[in-house]
Amino acid sequence: MFGRLTLSAMYHEDLIVMAAVAGSLAMGLALVVMITYKRKWTYLWTEWLTSLDHKRIGIMYICLALVMMLRGIADALMMRVQQAVAVGTSYGYLGPDHFNQIFTAHGTIMIIFVAMPFLSGLMNIVVPLQIGARDVAFPFLNSVSFWLTAAGALLVMVSLGVGEFSKAGWSGYSPMTEMNISPDSGVDYWLWSMQIAGLGSLLTSINFIVTIMNMRAPGMTLMRMPIFTWNALCTSVLILFAFPVLTAALAMVTFDRYMDMHFFSNTHGGNLMMYVNLFWMWGHPEVYIVVLPAFGIFSEVTPTFSGKPLFGYTSMVFATIAITFLSFGVWLHHFFTMGAGPAVNFFFGFATMIIAIPTGVKIFNWLFTMYRGRIRFTSPMYWTVGFITAFAVGGMTGVLLASPPANFVLHNSLFLIAHFHNVLIAGALFGYFAGFTYWFPKAFGFTLSEKWGKRAFWSWIIGFYLAFFPLYALGFMGMPRRMLHYDNPAWRPYLLLAAAGAALILFGIICQMIQLIVSIRQRLANRDLTGDPWNGRTLEWSTASPPPFYNFARIPTVHGIDAFNDMKEKKIAYRKPDRYEDIHMPRNTAYGFINGMLAFVFGFAMIWHIWWLALFSAAGLLFAIIARASDDNIHTTVPAAEVERIEQEHYRQVSAYQRSARQAQRRKFSGR
Amino acid sequence: MTQTSYDSGASHGSLKSYTVGFLLSIALTVVAFGVAMSGTLPRPAIFIIILAAAVAQILVHLHYFLHLDTSSAERWNLLAFLFTVMIMIIFIGGSIWIMYNLNYRMM
Amino acid sequence: MTTEARGIAATPHEAFAEHDVSAGQAFGFWLYLMSDLVLFSALFATFAVLAHSFAGGPTGKDIIHLPYVFGETMLLLFSSGTCGLAMLNMYAGRRTPVLAWLAVTFVLGFGFILMELHEFRTLIVDGHGPDRSAYLSAFFTLIGTHGLHVASGLIWMAVMINQVIVKGLTIPVQSRLMRLSMFWHFLDIVWVAVFTVVYLMGVL
Repeated sequence: MFGRLTLSAMYHEDLIVMAAVAGSLAMGLALVVMITYKRKWTYLWTEWLTSLDHKRIGIMYICLALVMMLRGIADALMMRVQQAVAVGTSYGYLGPDHFNQIFTAHGTIMIIFVAMPFLSGLMNIVVPLQIGARDVAFPFLNSVSFWLTAAGALLVMVSLGVGEFSKAGWSGYSPMTEMNISPDSGVDYWLWSMQIAGLGSLLTSINFIVTIMNMRAPGMTLMRMPIFTWNALCTSVLILFAFPVLTAALAMVTFDRYMDMHFFSNTHGGNLMMYVNLFWMWGHPEVYIVVLPAFGIFSEVTPTFSGKPLFGYTSMVFATIAITFLSFGVWLHHFFTMGAGPAVNFFFGFATMIIAIPTGVKIFNWLFTMYRGRIRFTSPMYWTVGFITAFAVGGMTGVLLASPPANFVLHNSLFLIAHFHNVLIAGALFGYFAGFTYWFPKAFGFTLSEKWGKRAFWSWIIGFYLAFFPLYALGFMGMPRRMLHYDNPAWRPYLLLAAAGAALILFGIICQMIQLIVSIRQRLANRDLTGDPWNGRTLEWSTASPPPFYNFARIPTVHGIDAFNDMKEKKIAYRKPDRYEDIHMPRNTAYGFINGMLAFVFGFAMIWHIWWLALFSAAGLLFAIIARASDDNIHTTVPAAEVERIEQEHYRQVSAYQRSARQAQRRKFSGR
Repeated sequence: MTQTSYDSGASHGSLKSYTVGFLLSIALTVVAFGVAMSGTLPRPAIFIIILAAAVAQILVHLHYFLHLDTSSAERWNLLAFLFTVMIMIIFIGGSIWIMYNLNYRMM
Repeated sequence: MTTEARGIAATPHEAFAEHDVSAGQAFGFWLYLMSDLVLFSALFATFAVLAHSFAGGPTGKDIIHLPYVFGETMLLLFSSGTCGLAMLNMYAGRRTPVLAWLAVTFVLGFGFILMELHEFRTLIVDGHGPDRSAYLSAFFTLIGTHGLHVASGLIWMAVMINQVIVKGLTIPVQSRLMRLSMFWHFLDIVWVAVFTVVYLMGVL
């Protein structure tokens, strides 16, 4: 009836796990109670969970990312504390099984359930607005993508209390993932959460490629698109071609486990090395998927806060395209030491070094954008400058690791860990934080507290340096990754510094949580009345904050790069259209949510071998898909009068703001 | 003027083009199976013939059934397809090169 | 009856908007097919690597019967042809021929699946299942994944036959048929690669 699920799966000897489960359940319960108390269930359902609005879906993605980041950071802190104390005769507080689950969950969560949702969320909120579109090409598919990602995240969260998570590392190397070595539910949780979330990402990539190629405003040629949109396009191309390989690799592991096949087994002709090859064929493009949107964000933030156009637009586009092409040809650098010969290793090492060049072009472009600009050091600019300095080191250590002989010494040492956290945190995450702060007012209608934003930044960057630069040294000193306990006392001081750094990062996160609370409290004072709080250059800033659900009452016509700046310079921004038209928008639907929940049930059923439930939920999915595909009544029309009313309200606010701004200027100069 | 039939502007073939494509496909299939089943030719020759027949038949399918060509309506489809072919060559060719190398040295 | 229900665009603007949506849907579906090609690439690469990992079990020569595969190939190729005929009739707006040719396509495709299931069953009963060796794991997975795609296409086809009967050749229905035919032709392309690499080269 329940497959291999028994009550004992929910009992954990480890007190820490039980506490984590209790804590998670308590927080979940508190949330449910709060929503019930404020009577917001209907609002939540009709305005958010069933919404096909790309802005709402984007916000939900980012909420998911931030929540999962808390668990990922908790894992990180636990590892840092363990390594700070577990030297010599002391064995710390974590057993090997628990520790292995922690580093596996940490990697899986941070890459698949923090970075991917964060970048998907930002792309969702911004890209349609930047290209002058009303929504993405496939709004329903958009909802499905989000709920599939949420289903994967839910599986990871459930694994905390019901059964356990994988101990085989986030990369899941064979033969650790094979049934004979890991027969428990752990690897299966990992497999299904990655597979389901991966499908969501693939659908998102199709959505955004079609959106960007087909739905740009008239006059917006490809070479007039904002760079963030260019990067979103290239990221989507990377996702489209990389994720199917992950699907195949995970499926083969699944077949080995469930049907006793021999793709990666030790016997019957299996080839363990093929798994590594397939995994990294996906895994390398994946890290570029994670970092390209961040590069795009920096290309938006830098021109805006330097008050001048981006330097080298064309070279920026070609650099991004070059990175997209090249990132498909370097994957072997993740396993130089697996034993390939010098010709193979040289080829991939050389290709890896080449890919650093277009990234270098980008850094110079950002610097030249800032050069002789009138720079405003807002917190997005802080994140950007912090990125430029720290990421350069991460990139350089990457080129160092690209040399096969050096790699033989440093592979799987803490040097590697320092390198990839360097580029992921100071590269991708700082970018996402900059984008979060930059576009927050667009999404919610008020700006975030600059004071707490800057405090968060300093904690994060100092914490990052403290946490990871000692790891570079430790890598040279020979310390491998994923160590539960060690005997060399010389390593300890560095690990203590690293633990201090992790604590500082935690403080940074607390600052960000406080920033949210304070900003929400002060939201009326910090309202963005015009929709353009930063004097932005691209089209999203021409809409209200938050934009109406249809984005643009009339689709703008574009005449150059930085379309909104162009309009402001020609004094035609905020010009009212002579007439308004009816607008057709997609209806809300529960099917996205339903599909996601069915996918979750299916994954859970497969993990625990509850075959009847797997069959039921699969059939349910099929029926839900057919039902939706047979529904021709999926649009609704907003009458022109309603559109006009919403637009007039926005223009009133803009005029009022401009009037009071002019009055303030006059008062300033008249000395009154 | 009301529109009663779907017409995306992309090409959609004719009875003649479908027939030509179909007959070519049959011929190429028969050649490939024939050569492999008879076994009269030397092995390398069989190998090349069936590979060439496969590539040819795939191109026939792409052109006559999926209407892929160099027209402006199909431009982005063609570009996406060519990019995919490049990826396939890198992934399949690269995997075979890498795994052959690894198997030789490590197994 | 409203213009929406008849599926006929009332104004040129509406007609253009619907064409726009259909064009976007076709392009999006094409992109999905490209990603599917990459999925099959991973499976083909794995098959190539494991092509001689017999582990003492049967080799290609032992399990492959080329005349049988030729039969499967003809079924699928003919079904591609009949699918094309269905589409030609769709563009001409002839509902009954569309239904007839779709039905024929379905029967041919179903025949292909039956033949494949028979092949798999025979192999498994003989002890040559996917659990016997890495070669057989790759064999079953590559062919089985293609077969799963075909089966999904058959389910889709059945749904579409129903939609044509109930709704007629409305613009959304035509757009869906267009995508189904793209899928169906694509599966025949993948089959060309499968029979060449797995079956023909398997007996060499």
